[in-house]
Amino acid sequence: MVHYILRRLLYFIPTLIVIYTVAFLLMRAAPGSPFIQEKGVPEEVLKARQEKYYVDRPVYQYARFAWDLVTLRGMPSIRYENRNVIRDILAPAFPVSLSLGLAALGLAVVVGTSAGVASAARPRTLIDYAAMTGAMIGISQPSFVIATVLMGLFSFTLRWLPVGGWGSPEQVILPAMALGALPAAYIARLVRTGMLEVLSADYIRTARAKGLAERRVLLDHALRNAWLPVLGYLGPAAAGIFTGSFVIEKIFAIPGVGQHFVDSALHRDHPLILATVLLYAVLLVAFNLAVDVGYAFLDPRIRYE
Amino acid sequence: MNPESTEDVASGAEQVPDTFSGPRRLPRSPLYLAMRRFRRNGLAMAGLAILAVMVLGSLAGLVWNARAAAHDEPQPYRDQLPGEHPQPPSPGHLFGTDTLGRDMLHRTLIGGCVSLGVGLSAAVVSVFIGTMWGMTAGYIGRGTDTVMMRIVDVLYGLPYMLVVILLLVLIEEQFAWLRVVVLFLAIGSVSWLTMARVVRGQVLALREAEFIQAARAVGSGTVRTILKELLPNLTGTILVCATLTVPLAILQESFLSFLGLGVTPPLASWGTLASDAVEALNPVEAYWWLLVFPCACLGATLLGLNFVGDGLRDAFDPRSR
Repeated sequence: MVHYILRRLLYFIPTLIVIYTVAFLLMRAAPGSPFIQEKGVPEEVLKARQEKYYVDRPVYQYARFAWDLVTLRGMPSIRYENRNVIRDILAPAFPVSLSLGLAALGLAVVVGTSAGVASAARPRTLIDYAAMTGAMIGISQPSFVIATVLMGLFSFTLRWLPVGGWGSPEQVILPAMALGALPAAYIARLVRTGMLEVLSADYIRTARAKGLAERRVLLDHALRNAWLPVLGYLGPAAAGIFTGSFVIEKIFAIPGVGQHFVDSALHRDHPLILATVLLYAVLLVAFNLAVDVGYAFLDPRIRYE
Repeated sequence: MNPESTEDVASGAEQVPDTFSGPRRLPRSPLYLAMRRFRRNGLAMAGLAILAVMVLGSLAGLVWNARAAAHDEPQPYRDQLPGEHPQPPSPGHLFGTDTLGRDMLHRTLIGGCVSLGVGLSAAVVSVFIGTMWGMTAGYIGRGTDTVMMRIVDVLYGLPYMLVVILLLVLIEEQFAWLRVVVLFLAIGSVSWLTMARVVRGQVLALREAEFIQAARAVGSGTVRTILKELLPNLTGTILVCATLTVPLAILQESFLSFLGLGVTPPLASWGTLASDAVEALNPVEAYWWLLVFPCACLGATLLGLNFVGDGLRDAFDPRSR
């Protein structure tokens, strides 16, 4: 297993280099300059600023920024002058986004799995239909609409939860719900389908014949197998949550990483673009690796040599 | 040998009830059987009906506004009405009017054209590029497979927002229609990755099957084997994956719209309408019709697509019921 993880990490290095290169080329190919908004700046000043960020020397910029990012030293952002992209911009924002993302993912897993198990345990009953209708709503609305409706209901009408901001536990609830709605809905459907398929298997009949409580049959025997497809979905779900978070972070005024994904590209802030791209790629790969290791734990038939 | 007995046997054979009597039927293809299962799935057919209504409605809105433009009359989706706005739904304006005094019914229909177009183009791109990519990588295997799937990994590893934004800024503001085309292509360009992975996985499983080996044994070339033998066996997988790509693309467009990167006004999509409505919403005065109608159309379409996708999966894989 350790060998497998190490090999995966080794494979990841060339992928990361290519991702960095593609992002760099895309960024350089896009029209518009990082300094386009600075009007009336003397020619010399502009030239000095270009030199500071190596904008006029693409090859050196490519290598230098890569080195600064790999050594985690970072470099100053263009848009927020004198702020280091790693130390001052991403490092403070990352824990915020990470905790919001994990809260949303955790919520999605718990709610989705319970809804799926509940509806598979009693198919074609009110519980089943209610859970699946909820899942349908989760799948069919963009998260910013769900966020707005939740905010209108819980913050303005009922006045139970704060409208936005970050810092207290109550402020996590609404954004996590809005962000987790779509994955929760998918997970509920995956679990329901998986459970219904597994429940007709022989080993479930055996478990029931042995006289096990229905609760144990469902949760210990059936769910373990029915949950495998969910594990496969968690990778894409995490990617969706990472990129989806900027919409939610914008609505709830949360100081996370999300805004930098969009703003850096819009303002051609070269250092910040490259830093966010690498952060995203590393996160995604780490998560997918964790998912694959999780497979081996959940399903003993899967072996990695 | 007695000739009589031979005749007896022959006549006796004729007397055996012939199970193939009656009008001769061609053997039914798996595709036909799948489609029959699909037609018998009520939820899937309902989904198809919803989609038909949405597509026809959006096209009707498009034709109406195009006709108005051709006759130099005001185009209701774009031109502002006199008076106080926004107005709640009324017999004259079934979906009400927006804050600028434009008819919401027409804006919702035109928005449908853009949103459905985004979904359709994503499906087309993923069917063509994704399928070809996945089949080639899976069938040829070895180094080709590794390189092609690493490219998919790399594109997966890039945040799609960055790709879409950088592609969108290539276009100058004044070419509104060109922007729509680029939006279609940009979303399409990130939507084929899942298809490529799914198809490749399926091809890896099929590649060693007897019928593929038989085809190769009688001298079928690589291209012919892929197109004539593999592709028909992938129809179900491709159809299901394409149907499930469309809702994702429509949602992605709505995110871009929310960030102000979608289509530019006066053109609209369900995403821009919903995002405008969210912005116009305030606790004092609820302009509910601005939000409810576009979101209802969006929701109904995505539901319909999901029903059709599930129905197709059940139809092509009866085990999954």
